[in-house]
Amino acid sequence: MTAPLGIAVVYPDLLGTYGDGGNGLILARRAQWRGFEVVLTQAPSDAAVPEADIYCLGGGEDGPQVRAARSLIEDGTLARRAAAGAVVLAVCAGYQIVGKTFPGADGAPHEGVGLLDIATAKGTGPRAVGELVGEVVGEPSDDSPGALGALGALGALPTLTGFENHGGKTTLGPGVTPLARVVHGVGNGDGSGTEGAVSGRVVGTYLHGPLLARNPALADLLLDWALSGEPAGDRVPLVAFDDRAADALREERLAATVGGRRRVGTRRRGRR
Amino acid sequence: MRFRFAVFTTRAVNATSRRLGRGRGTVAGGRSGLKVDPQLLQHLTASRRVALVTGTNGKTTTTRLLAVALGAGGAKVVSNETGSNMPPGHVAALAGDRRAALAVLEVDEIYLPRVLAATKATVVVLLNLSRDQLDRTNEVRMVSGHWRAALAAAPHATVVANADDPLVVWAAGAAAQVRWVGAGLRWQLDAVGCPSCEGRIAFDAAGSWACVTGCGFVRPNLLVTLSTGQEGTGGGQSTGGQSTGGQSTGGQSTGAQSTTYDAEWADGRSEPIRLLLPGRFNHSNALMAAVAAEAMGIAIADGLAAMAEVDEVAGRFTTRLVSGVRTRLMLAKNPAGWSELLDLVGKEDGPIVISINARTADGADPSWLWDVPFERLAGRVVVATGDRCRDLSVRLHYAGVAHVMEDDPLAAVRIAHGDHDDGDHDDHDDGERVDVIGNYTAFAELLRASQPARVGS
Repeated sequence: MTAPLGIAVVYPDLLGTYGDGGNGLILARRAQWRGFEVVLTQAPSDAAVPEADIYCLGGGEDGPQVRAARSLIEDGTLARRAAAGAVVLAVCAGYQIVGKTFPGADGAPHEGVGLLDIATAKGTGPRAVGELVGEVVGEPSDDSPGALGALGALGALPTLTGFENHGGKTTLGPGVTPLARVVHGVGNGDGSGTEGAVSGRVVGTYLHGPLLARNPALADLLLDWALSGEPAGDRVPLVAFDDRAADALREERLAATVGGRRRVGTRRRGRR
Repeated sequence: MRFRFAVFTTRAVNATSRRLGRGRGTVAGGRSGLKVDPQLLQHLTASRRVALVTGTNGKTTTTRLLAVALGAGGAKVVSNETGSNMPPGHVAALAGDRRAALAVLEVDEIYLPRVLAATKATVVVLLNLSRDQLDRTNEVRMVSGHWRAALAAAPHATVVANADDPLVVWAAGAAAQVRWVGAGLRWQLDAVGCPSCEGRIAFDAAGSWACVTGCGFVRPNLLVTLSTGQEGTGGGQSTGGQSTGGQSTGGQSTGAQSTTYDAEWADGRSEPIRLLLPGRFNHSNALMAAVAAEAMGIAIADGLAAMAEVDEVAGRFTTRLVSGVRTRLMLAKNPAGWSELLDLVGKEDGPIVISINARTADGADPSWLWDVPFERLAGRVVVATGDRCRDLSVRLHYAGVAHVMEDDPLAAVRIAHGDHDDGDHDDHDDGERVDVIGNYTAFAELLRASQPARVGS
């Protein structure tokens, strides 16, 4: 790849309530530390969505979430770039709005960007708040392993850890596969015991933390996708490096949930 | 009868709790009292004039400053100055002083509607609203909406509102009487979505704002504004949150780069705000408190003069000894608070300890660390500590801030000070001062473990 790797954090002014902008920073740093040139853009909602190779969407509140979906549909760039193979990582409210429908502040359904075959409705039970642990779904690499060795495919990723905080229930359609099977926590909350959804290079999830701070292997997989021509094509070698800080965090968070210390909706009424 | 027994219970449990050394006992006693008389808060405030102070940041300081300002009139004032800001803390403080005719209560954001209804407050101070403990509060817009409904039902209250925060303005817009203060808003990211129409709020460089979607939601006309200038220039331009920083030490202003603060009224009046407390945010809190005190009969100049004597609030900003090391203890618990504090500490280059917990009072998820521009600390000696030092360490790693990670906060202070752990930590009251910043419980823990520094140190 000769052009710099473009990473865009989409609408941090509307979808930036939960530290998820960190995902864009983490992707940028991990590429730069390996010698790749990166352009990291914070793309505000009052400007056109820039051309990029990786788009990161984060969590937001009900009102701003509706506004973000409307602007993204009008702008059109995100859907066009995703169709052309750009990588999309969408978290929480961002996850909901890249689906087909999602609930606004009043619970009424709104049209989403439609990158993922999912539908989200307002939950009736308590809000899902707490640590989530999941095992990533999918076969280990079914073709030549990528530059990261065994990590060429989602199914080979280690256990997923993150923090969820949402009231919506997301139902997966036939066009997507779940990102993970839930070991601790709620996730999609549709009774299927799954968390998140994947279609091609679009990954949606409820997990904050931010997600890639706690799951650096997923960050590298997304970079691997973005830096290669096709998912199974020639992959650019990514050099491994010291991840001791993230490893220590993963270990601590996974240990914290094993003892059943997880808390789900025990606090206050929830919405969205 | 039930009321008297409830007051007795509250005080007895608190006294016992204090005797047993289980802290100050305010919450335990208050809970017991409320069990005996669920209307205890109503009863304890029925014959007093009450001011409530709420918002995401600055509650404790503003409460203290307002109490001091009201005291300037000679009246006795009761206040929940320990920071226990839910009803058990309120009744504990009120039961402890039945005679004070004035009460100033710091109120948790979520509890404002309930406490306002119970106390029939005369004055309500709304400071700001931004992301904090999202596992508990869920959404700041929801909180703003709850405030709005509560204020619409409280025509007895005069609201003192920070007009620079659209979420505060949305809430206060439903109140019968409002005094709009241009107190500044350093952190604007939570207010971009218009609370009125789901459109977009645009801020200009001077801090004014309007919904660009055209729903008509705009910053109201200001009664008074906080403006900053440099020492010797005699005031300065209106900033509306574009502050250039504050003094560099708690209590001693350091000549060269000293910032001055003035309250400037729309009618042309002006009043300097001189505090021992450092930072733009504390001067903003003082202005809010002064306007609230005026609404309760204290002249602005008298209120500000009384506040000028305050040199610490609940242990913050003063020099204290931790593990024998001279430290300046500070609290920052969310991105907005950190933005303000980094303006203050970011101009210095001494060692810094950051302690992060995620206990109940902190919020269970420290994702917000990624919204804080820790990049500004690169090149300093930084030690990451607290229950969630691993989250902080990963954040600092990606921020390019070299640091040491140490689970024990007291050991972290010694490391930052450059001590070798030789078992002798008795008296290091000499070398460089260490800035120590914790979030809620991390700060409280360090404060408990600290001692006052000797005068002159």
